[in-house]
Amino acid sequence: MSASKGLPADIAIPESTARVGTPAWQRAVWVVLGIAVAAAPIFVLESFHLFQLTMAVIMALAVLGLNIVTGYNGQISLGHGAFFAVGAYCTAIFMSHYDWSFWATLPISAAVCAALGFAIGFPALRLAGHYLALTTFSLAVAVPQILKHKSIEDWTGGVQGLFLVKPDAPAGLPLSADQWMYVVTVIVAGACFLLVSNLIRSRIGRALMATRDHPTAAEAMGMDIGSLKTRAFAVSAMITGIAGSLSAVAIEFVAPDSFSFGVSISLFVGMVVGGVASVLGSLFGGLFVLFVPNIAEAISKAAPGVIYGVILIAFLFLLPDGFAGLLRRVAARLRR
Amino acid sequence: MLGRRQVLAGAAAALAAPAVARAEDAVGVTATEIRIGNTMPYSGPNSAYGVIGRTEQAFVRMLNEGGGFAGRKINFITYDDAFSPPKTVEQVRRLVEQDRVAFLFNPLGTPTNNAIQRYCNQRKVPQLYVATGADKWGNWKEFPWTMGWQPSYRTEAQIYAKHLLAERRDFRLAIVFQNDDFGKDYVAGLRDVIGAERFDATVKTASFEITDPTPDSQILSLQGTGADVLMIALGPKAAAQAIRKTHDIGWQAQRYLTNVSLSVGAVMQPAGVEKGVGIITSGYLKEQGDAAWRDDPGMNEYRAFMKQWMPDGDLHDSNTVYGYALGRTLQQLLTQCDGNFSRENVMRQAASLRDVAIPVLLPGITLDTGPQDYRPIQKMQLQRWDGRSWVRFGGLIEGAEV
Repeated sequence: MSASKGLPADIAIPESTARVGTPAWQRAVWVVLGIAVAAAPIFVLESFHLFQLTMAVIMALAVLGLNIVTGYNGQISLGHGAFFAVGAYCTAIFMSHYDWSFWATLPISAAVCAALGFAIGFPALRLAGHYLALTTFSLAVAVPQILKHKSIEDWTGGVQGLFLVKPDAPAGLPLSADQWMYVVTVIVAGACFLLVSNLIRSRIGRALMATRDHPTAAEAMGMDIGSLKTRAFAVSAMITGIAGSLSAVAIEFVAPDSFSFGVSISLFVGMVVGGVASVLGSLFGGLFVLFVPNIAEAISKAAPGVIYGVILIAFLFLLPDGFAGLLRRVAARLRR
Repeated sequence: MLGRRQVLAGAAAALAAPAVARAEDAVGVTATEIRIGNTMPYSGPNSAYGVIGRTEQAFVRMLNEGGGFAGRKINFITYDDAFSPPKTVEQVRRLVEQDRVAFLFNPLGTPTNNAIQRYCNQRKVPQLYVATGADKWGNWKEFPWTMGWQPSYRTEAQIYAKHLLAERRDFRLAIVFQNDDFGKDYVAGLRDVIGAERFDATVKTASFEITDPTPDSQILSLQGTGADVLMIALGPKAAAQAIRKTHDIGWQAQRYLTNVSLSVGAVMQPAGVEKGVGIITSGYLKEQGDAAWRDDPGMNEYRAFMKQWMPDGDLHDSNTVYGYALGRTLQQLLTQCDGNFSRENVMRQAASLRDVAIPVLLPGITLDTGPQDYRPIQKMQLQRWDGRSWVRFGGLIEGAEV
C-alpha cells in the first residue's frame, strides 16, 4: 500500500498548460483600450466626480504598494498609512516651504519612502505573521503624532498642517486644474501599475512569491530571502508614498489627522476586497475604499459603520478571493 | 464731455445690474427649496458629535413643518466625514459642486474645517458658524466667508485671566496644557490678558502630550515652582488625573479648568467629587442637569422640541443642547435674509446678528456679529465645583479685545 492512501488511484492530473504569451497586437489593443477608458472621464465627468475618481486612483495606487509586500511577498503590513503620510508630507513640505513644482517633489518622496521602507524591512526579517502586523501597525499609530512633534513643527506645520496648491495645466492645454490633476494621477499611477506588473512577471516577482509560499524551499533554490524581503518593503513603501504625494496635491492640504491609523486599515481592506496578490485587483480595491463608505452613509446616517461592515462581510462572503478572483473565474469560464 | 470717472461708473453699474437680477436665481435656491450643506463625523472615533447633526436635522424638519422661509423648504444635506480632512474635502466638494448648496452650516471639527477653508473662500461659499473652538475662525480679514460660533478657547482663557487679576494682586500662575492647538490657545489667551512681559517673567508652563499616560510628572514639577494658581488645559481623561493628583499631593492652588473637561460623569466623578471642590470653569449653555433651569421657559422650549422631534435623543447630552442652539441660529439667519438667499446676502446677514437671544444660552449671553466681528459668542459665566455640581457665580465676563 502506498503512503498516499487518501488519494484515489485514478486521480486526473491536469495537463500543465504552459502559458501562451499574448500576441503583440493583442497587447497593443489592450493598451489602447486602457488609455481610452482612462481618458474618457476627462470629457464625461464634471469636476467633483473627476476629483472622486482621482482619489480612487490614488487609493488604488496605495493599495498596489501594499499588495507587493503583503500580497506577493506575504509580509503582513498594517502600517502602510505611515508611508502614505510620509509621501504626502514630503511633497507638502517642499511645495509649500520651497515652492518646488509637484513633479520635482515626486522623486524625493519616492526616495524617502523607499529608504524608510527599506529600514522597516530589517526588523521585518526577524518578525513574522502577527508580530510583523503589530509592529507595522504601531508605525501607523506613531506617525501622526511624530508629525505633530515640536522639533519638526516648523516644517510640518504641527496640528494645523500645511496648505498647498494644485498645479495648473501647462499653458496650451485646455484643461481645468481638476482635469489636469486627474491626468497627472493617471499617468503616474499608470506608469507604476505597468512597472509593477512587469516586476511581478519577472524573475524577481517569481522569487517574491516563492519566498511567500515556501521560504525554506526558496532559500534552498539559492534566493537571498533577506534582501528580497527588505527590497520588497522598499518598493512597496515607495509606491504607497507616491500615492501619498498625489493625495497631498489633490486635497491641497495635509494634517496629522488626515493620516490616522484608519488609512492603513482602509488600504488593507482595499487589498483584500480587490484581491490579494493581484495588480488589477488593487484598482478595484481603490474604488471600493473610496466609494463604499459613501454608499454606506447613503443607506444610514445613524450607523454608517455598521452598514460598511455588513457590505464588507457580504463582499468577503460572495467574493472570497476578491474582485480579481471573480474576474479570474469569469475568464476561466469564458475560455472553456 | 464724459469724464473717465463717469465712464467707469457707468460700466460698473452695467456690470452690477445683472448681478442684482441674478439674486433671484441664487445658487442652491429654487422656487421651493433652499439647499444647505453640512459635514459631521457620523462614523469614526468622534462619532459622539454626530448627535449634533441629527439634532439639526430634527430642527430643520420642525422648521419645514412650520412652513419654511419665504415659501421655501430647507433641504439640509448632511454628510459623514468621519473627522478625516480628506473626506471632508470630498464631501464639501460634493455639497458645493454636485448638490449646489447655497452655503455650509456648522461643519464640525478643527482640522476638517481647516481643510476646506481656502476652498470655501476662493469660491465665496459661506462656511458659517463652524463647530470648533479654535480661535482662527474669527479672522474676517483673510477669510471673509468663514465664521465661528462658540467662544474660542482663547476667549475662555482670557476670561479666566480677567477673573484671576480681579481676585488677586499677587499670584504665581502655572499652566499644564495639552500640546496641540487646543491647549496652546489657553496659553495664548492667558498671556493676552496678563501681559506678555509679566507672563514671560512669572508664569510656568508644562506641556502634556496626548500620548503621555498621565500628567502626574507635569503636576509635580509645576508644584515645585511654588505656584499658587493652576490652569488645567487638558482633555477629559488627563484633566481628571490632574485634578486627582493636585489634591492627593496636597497642593493648595486655585485651579481653573477648561470647559472642554467640565463633564460630571467623565471628569469630576472619576477624579473623585470631593477632590475637585473649588475648581473654577466657565460655560455659555444651559444644562439639563442644572436645578436652576427646572422651570426655565428657554429650557422648556428645548425639552418640548426634543420630546416632539427627537424622542430618542438624550436630554442630558450637552451636544443636543448645542444642536438646538445652532438650529435656532439658523432660523434667525434665514429669517433675517428675508427672502434673499444669495450667498452675498447670507454672509451679510450672518455678520449682522444683533442681540440675538437663544433660549438655551445662559441669561445675558446673546449672539452679536458685525462685518469686523466674526465671533458670535464672546461672553461666558464662571462656575465653581461644590462637590456635587457646578454652581454659577458672578456676572458674565467678556473676552479681551486683542
